[in-house]
Amino acid sequence: MADRALNTAEIQPLLEDWLETEFSLHPMEAMAEEIAALAYADQVFILDWVKRTASANVQIGHMFATMAPRILTQMNHRSVEAWVLHALDEVDRVGLKAALDTLRDHGRFVSAGREHAVGAVYGDIAGVLRNFVHGLPGRMLKLERRTLKLEQGTSDLGAYTDSETLFLPAVIAELDAAQDNFILAKVMVTMLWAQTRFGTFRWDIAAACSDYPDPARALRCFQALETLRLEAVIADELPGIGREMRRLRKLVQADALPDKWRDWRDKLGKPEATTGDALACLEQAYAVSLPPAAPYQCDLYPEIIAAAMAARMAREKMLLRVKLAEMLDDEQPPAAAEERKPRIELNSTVASPNELPRSELVLDGNPVPLPDAVSQLLTSIQLDFGDIPPEYLEAAGPGEYDPSLYQPKGKDPDDVWSGIYHEEGATFYPEWDFRRQHYRKNWCVMREKDVEPVYDNYRQQVIRRYPGLSRQLRRTFEALRDRNRMEKRQLEGDELDIDALVEALSDAHAGGDISERLYNQRHRAGRDIAVLFLVDMSGSTQGWINDVERETLLLLSEALETLGDRYAIYGFSGMARKKCELYRIKRFAEDYGKEVQARISGIRPQDYTRMGFAIRHATRLLGETDARTRLLITISDGKPDDYTDNYRGRYGIEDTRRALLEATRAGIRPFCITVDREARDYLPHLYGAAHYTVVDDMARLPRKVADIYRRLTH
Amino acid sequence: MSAPDIISPQLAKINEEPFYRPVSDENVLFEAAYRHKLPVLLKGPTGCGKTRFVEYMAWKLKRPLVTVACHDDLTAADLVGRYLIVGGQTVWMDGPLSAAVRAGAICYLDEVVEARKDTMVVIHPLADSRRVLPIEKRGELVHAADGFMLVISYNPGYQSVLKELKQSTRQRFIALNFDYPAPEVEADIIMHETGIPRATADKLVKFAGMTRNLKGSGLDEGASTRLLVHAGTLISAGIEPVAACRAAIAQALTDDEEMLSAVQELFSSVF
Repeated sequence: MADRALNTAEIQPLLEDWLETEFSLHPMEAMAEEIAALAYADQVFILDWVKRTASANVQIGHMFATMAPRILTQMNHRSVEAWVLHALDEVDRVGLKAALDTLRDHGRFVSAGREHAVGAVYGDIAGVLRNFVHGLPGRMLKLERRTLKLEQGTSDLGAYTDSETLFLPAVIAELDAAQDNFILAKVMVTMLWAQTRFGTFRWDIAAACSDYPDPARALRCFQALETLRLEAVIADELPGIGREMRRLRKLVQADALPDKWRDWRDKLGKPEATTGDALACLEQAYAVSLPPAAPYQCDLYPEIIAAAMAARMAREKMLLRVKLAEMLDDEQPPAAAEERKPRIELNSTVASPNELPRSELVLDGNPVPLPDAVSQLLTSIQLDFGDIPPEYLEAAGPGEYDPSLYQPKGKDPDDVWSGIYHEEGATFYPEWDFRRQHYRKNWCVMREKDVEPVYDNYRQQVIRRYPGLSRQLRRTFEALRDRNRMEKRQLEGDELDIDALVEALSDAHAGGDISERLYNQRHRAGRDIAVLFLVDMSGSTQGWINDVERETLLLLSEALETLGDRYAIYGFSGMARKKCELYRIKRFAEDYGKEVQARISGIRPQDYTRMGFAIRHATRLLGETDARTRLLITISDGKPDDYTDNYRGRYGIEDTRRALLEATRAGIRPFCITVDREARDYLPHLYGAAHYTVVDDMARLPRKVADIYRRLTH
Repeated sequence: MSAPDIISPQLAKINEEPFYRPVSDENVLFEAAYRHKLPVLLKGPTGCGKTRFVEYMAWKLKRPLVTVACHDDLTAADLVGRYLIVGGQTVWMDGPLSAAVRAGAICYLDEVVEARKDTMVVIHPLADSRRVLPIEKRGELVHAADGFMLVISYNPGYQSVLKELKQSTRQRFIALNFDYPAPEVEADIIMHETGIPRATADKLVKFAGMTRNLKGSGLDEGASTRLLVHAGTLISAGIEPVAACRAAIAQALTDDEEMLSAVQELFSSVF
């Protein structure tokens, strides 16, 4: 294409094609004219993104094309790109309307651009901050993105906690430098942690504020006071964060406090100061004007906290009492326990006022070690109450609590289809959208399921059907197996090589030189291989393909048993992105036996050939093994396919290719065995020329697979 | 031809008292086990002072100490001994275990699960009331000298099924559980080993506690006392605490980028 700006006549047909004008009544001419007025680089940029967005959704594409020329005068390419991707992400997550709203809101459009350039985006920082907050002592806190919106609809939503989960806004962009925004996010997290760790919620803040004519103002006053107190504790506990806080205050010119507030800061900065002291200052503070707020001052919602605390207190009381009962059961026989009530004491020692107490549990005068779960529970309870209330230290009586309340529930993966849909217990995988050239985050909802076993003596049937083949396979595989090899005539080793020694001695008698190679050395060359077979269980395998697949797997398992390599077998199938299923046939840790044979026998065709998620999950499973060589062998009858989400065709192939690239990058060698005669058209693109094979004669599959396996691992 | 010679390595005693701070009654239990000829199993995370404890006890009981760091290629022959050719004669060379058995030393097999399975068989008859070591190749049955004591260590933190200690092995031993020392004790140890001031040692210990909180949610193991001593040594050599923690602790704990950043945020908060 010439390196000159395109004119309206050149642009219009492109737009008409991508935006499918024949079905809509949008006039393309005006739009094309606007784009034609731009510089060539901008034109290319816009047209490329119109094409990409339109492939996801025509309406998004249309709106983008309308707005882009104007937007480009205010934002650079990178920011526009980040913003479009955000909108596309929103189509996936929330729906079209939200995405269109985001696009339409021009003011937010620009500020979002800035935020993406320098802001700390939740998705990017959550991983690090989650680990950070887990490292801090106290209750195990969760970290999530804030979704709570206020009714008044203020745009400026801060971080808050319900005392169990820390909620951060989607983007933190208060400051001008990206690094500072990250630090701000970190300090916010620390601030929220400090609220739970240093007892802010042990006081009834809502009640204290409700006495004032304007409770909302009273709450803001209290937040400012409490922030001063926590700043001091944090600076003492985590001096590094203390320095960051002082610097951040300076950055936003919030470091100069009015006189009165300085007094309160000194007062609340003492190590023994509590939230109660902050509340005591409230009356005076309410009367004067508020100081500039620290940038990391967090939102406070007393009702949300109270609700979470009430639920937690009840739950933890039950959990602790049940655990105590379990521990008592372990300590003494139940018969003895019935005679009298056991004595439970807790000795806590506190080294300094701001340190978590160390507890020792004493059952009937005997100190017992605290399991991790119990000690976490005790910590959490102490954070709520300051100590452990005596009624918590009574073992639960038999049947006092409904076990379903404290026992983890096993969920049947099939249950999700009855009743309302939920995604609990599923694993999420991204999918590659080649048109957007970007991943769709958490797109596939994957569940592992067991194949329904069929106990029909399948092994005997197959071996009877292929008596020669099964023996032959076993023999070839046995030859592959390496035993401990003894290497003779070595310079050093485990034992003497008698032959070499006799020779050497007679040489010596004859007056010759003695060889120094007199030892046997045991050589242990481990076949350190883990292989995962991924079997197509899509509907198209119905009939003899399914039969051959099952026979192949059985014969292969038999042969692999003689070889001693670690192997697993999973079947895959899916229908739409929300029902991606991986069927366990044999796990790595499982022994090959009746159960596995029955599951192989029970393999039945299911839905479609959605492959990306299966390869990604297999990659993860293989990654968990510590084998030196990791193989992923896919046995399939056709190309990736699913009836929804445009998976059919290029999309599916590109996603599968991407998943295979990810696998290769993770140090896994993928290989594909297929019976699809057209496979030569697309497999080289997926696996590279050397990493696939097409089996023309399906009946030969068992032999072929064994041959291939031998070749790959020899 | 006369009977082949036996070479048995000379074992030295520890003359200087190694620094060790008892955490609870482990030294009393160890000594009682020694007096009654019982073998001992030390359980605990890496770098919490197991090896130092054995050194200290060997000094206290005035026994020579033989330490074998087990690895997955360690064979029975490596422990028991083998024939060598010296000047046209075969000579038997005692391995570290045989030498300890004959000399009545303390034999410490560190990280014993790492060794090959066949090595376990050799230590079984030594770990019960028989207290004998059969040397198959010589047809010899060595009765352990009075002072001989078998000590093995094992880290239950590795959750690999391959690295489990078999019941038949573990049920022969008096087991002493080791954990990281209490914060004040740990700070004492770091101060003693490195000479850094108490305030810095306290901060190191606080940071170690944070990494130990992360065990199971991203880290396989928290920072050990040994790593803290390393960091303290760097600090006392004039390295900035943050740089010392990065090199001696963070990088040693994990390769995961996200976890590494989180750990770095943690120590830069503490210092």
